[in-house]
Amino acid sequence: MTNTNLTQRQIIEAGLKKRYRKERAFKAAGVISIIFGLSWLVLLFGDIIGKGMPAFKSTMIQLSVNLDADDLGIDPEDATTFNKGNYDRVIRNAIRSEFAEVKSRGDRRSLGRIVSSNAGYDLRDLIKENPTLINTQASVWVKADSVVDDYFKNYYSPQKPGHILTDKQLIWVNDLIDRDKVTFQFNKGFFTSSDSRDPESAGVAGALKGSVLALIVCLVLAFPIAIAAAVYLEEFAPKNRLTDIIEVNINNLAAVPSIIFGLLGLAIFLNLFGMPRSAPLLGGMVLALMTLPTIIISARAAIKAVPPSIREAAYGLGASKMQVVLHHVIPLAMPGMLTGAIIGIAQALGETAPLLMIGMVAFIVDIPQGITDPATVLPVQIYLWSDSPERGFVANTSAAIMVLLGVLITMNLSAVLLRKRLEKRW
Amino acid sequence: MKLVDNVTEHTIPKDTVGTPFSDNAEISVRNVDVFYGEKQAIHNVSLDIGKNEVIAMIGPSGCGKSTFLRVLNRMNDTIDICRVTGEIIHDGENIYAPKTDVVPLRARVGMVFQKPNPFPKSIYDNVAYGPKLHGIASRRTDLDEIVETSLTKAGLWNEVKDRLHTPGTGLSGGQQQRLCIARTIAVNPEVILMDEPCSALDPIATAKIEELIAELSTNYTIAIVTHSMQQAARVSNRTAYFHLGHLVEVNPTEQVFTNPDHALTEAYITGRFG
Repeated sequence: MTNTNLTQRQIIEAGLKKRYRKERAFKAAGVISIIFGLSWLVLLFGDIIGKGMPAFKSTMIQLSVNLDADDLGIDPEDATTFNKGNYDRVIRNAIRSEFAEVKSRGDRRSLGRIVSSNAGYDLRDLIKENPTLINTQASVWVKADSVVDDYFKNYYSPQKPGHILTDKQLIWVNDLIDRDKVTFQFNKGFFTSSDSRDPESAGVAGALKGSVLALIVCLVLAFPIAIAAAVYLEEFAPKNRLTDIIEVNINNLAAVPSIIFGLLGLAIFLNLFGMPRSAPLLGGMVLALMTLPTIIISARAAIKAVPPSIREAAYGLGASKMQVVLHHVIPLAMPGMLTGAIIGIAQALGETAPLLMIGMVAFIVDIPQGITDPATVLPVQIYLWSDSPERGFVANTSAAIMVLLGVLITMNLSAVLLRKRLEKRW
Repeated sequence: MKLVDNVTEHTIPKDTVGTPFSDNAEISVRNVDVFYGEKQAIHNVSLDIGKNEVIAMIGPSGCGKSTFLRVLNRMNDTIDICRVTGEIIHDGENIYAPKTDVVPLRARVGMVFQKPNPFPKSIYDNVAYGPKLHGIASRRTDLDEIVETSLTKAGLWNEVKDRLHTPGTGLSGGQQQRLCIARTIAVNPEVILMDEPCSALDPIATAKIEELIAELSTNYTIAIVTHSMQQAARVSNRTAYFHLGHLVEVNPTEQVFTNPDHALTEAYITGRFG
């Protein structure tokens, strides 16, 4: 006893207060860290959602168009002529008829620009669907130009400066708004069309499908190879210097900057093998190289976590090595392997750099139909849009990020659910 | 009573004392050494395990009794650094001969482990796994029969017959261990090795397993490693005492516990070390 005046119990009680204070501080540090992290997340999501939501609606202008077959230059009996029609002129005439007082050439051109330059294509599609409209005077909603769209979404009310409409355009647009000829509609095109020069017509469908195709290729290639490698390394490979070197290199590979894999793809898949440029097949192969080490590492961890008692039980019954692996180790390790695979795939989904190297950064208007068609992917689309000067692409960028995050959350959620379903207790 | 004050004074005998050999051997072990890397775990052990006998292996922790048991069906093969020399003859063949296949060996020399380790499958599938594995039975009716007889022999049938398709891991510890025994006897082995089968069980479950061992001994040869001397005394015909990797004494159980031949054995069973 160091202090004879105090009993042991008193010494303990004297120290308790300090101990509890330290404990509270320790707990508080954790809570503060979480709040810090969460607040950034909320800020980020808030900003993205705030900026991105407007992209999901588009500003439409109601026009009364004269769908005269001769004006359009099409044959109402022959659907093949519909593609060749001059729909832009019909729309131009319709908007001019709204403002008959506009006479000068410059003003009339300026007036025509308040409607999206892609409105003609939308009208063509409408006629293809409803050929009965030909030779009638129809009231149709057409997309407004992105400048009008921006004005209507951000500046119309409350009145504040910042829009880039000309003074005359402003008067015409306000006039249309007063006549209830301008409204919001759900921007279906964002999910059904591909990239476009015009923000109001650009969509994520092409990039989304490109991403899905590339990820399917990636999964189909990477998962079986990674599982085979992990099973071999864990269950069959002798523990020697060579396997140590392999292990170190797999771990290193997981840390290699992804652009290196892109360069590899460029050098080998494109230049040596001559595979189709910008194709999801190629993207998927490069992403598979990148995901492989991630899946191998998590699959090995999952195999290691299978309790030795289960292996012993099977060996004790006379199961061969392969039977032990196929009947027990792989089924029990499967939830962990799948989680690893989905984490790897989620990582691949967000990967941009390697795909830039193999040409998936191109401006592609068509939705890819197969894995050999040129395509782009969601993160590259985000990168492309974030780089575009038009104001409308700001909203599109954020909306595309929302789609990407939505896909990510769906994948991670399915990983959790799959794990829950497959997990067995022992 | 021979008094032993310091066990290290008593030398380990060069040859096992007592009666290690039998005329009616199921497994004959001759001059077996086991090494883990550089370390020798078993020193020159020779022993016969007689047909339909229950032989108990006792000894202080780390004496090599579990290692010895696992050598008998080559479970030590899974440990890379483990090396075995000497001969173990089962059915006229040396199980460590290069041409011996461990798969049929383990079907004939089954094993029950310390901790119950049912597969995370149904009770039925646990028992049917071995027969399916070896292609002994593939028709449903045959499998049903094997499952029923195995579970009956393991004394578990009445407790589980209404829930054969529920997970084996949902049973109590003692039931799980009996399920593991049923799983082992489903492939109809000649020898059952038991590595401290009751160490994770409560006394009631232990009593049931001991009863079961007595019943099984009419059909099977059983080698059991145990920490409990009472258990060795209750279930076994012969007892082998291991000390620091040496087999010190083998004698009929009654003799070992009443009048052991070697002073080390006596020191152990009278609790002077352990």
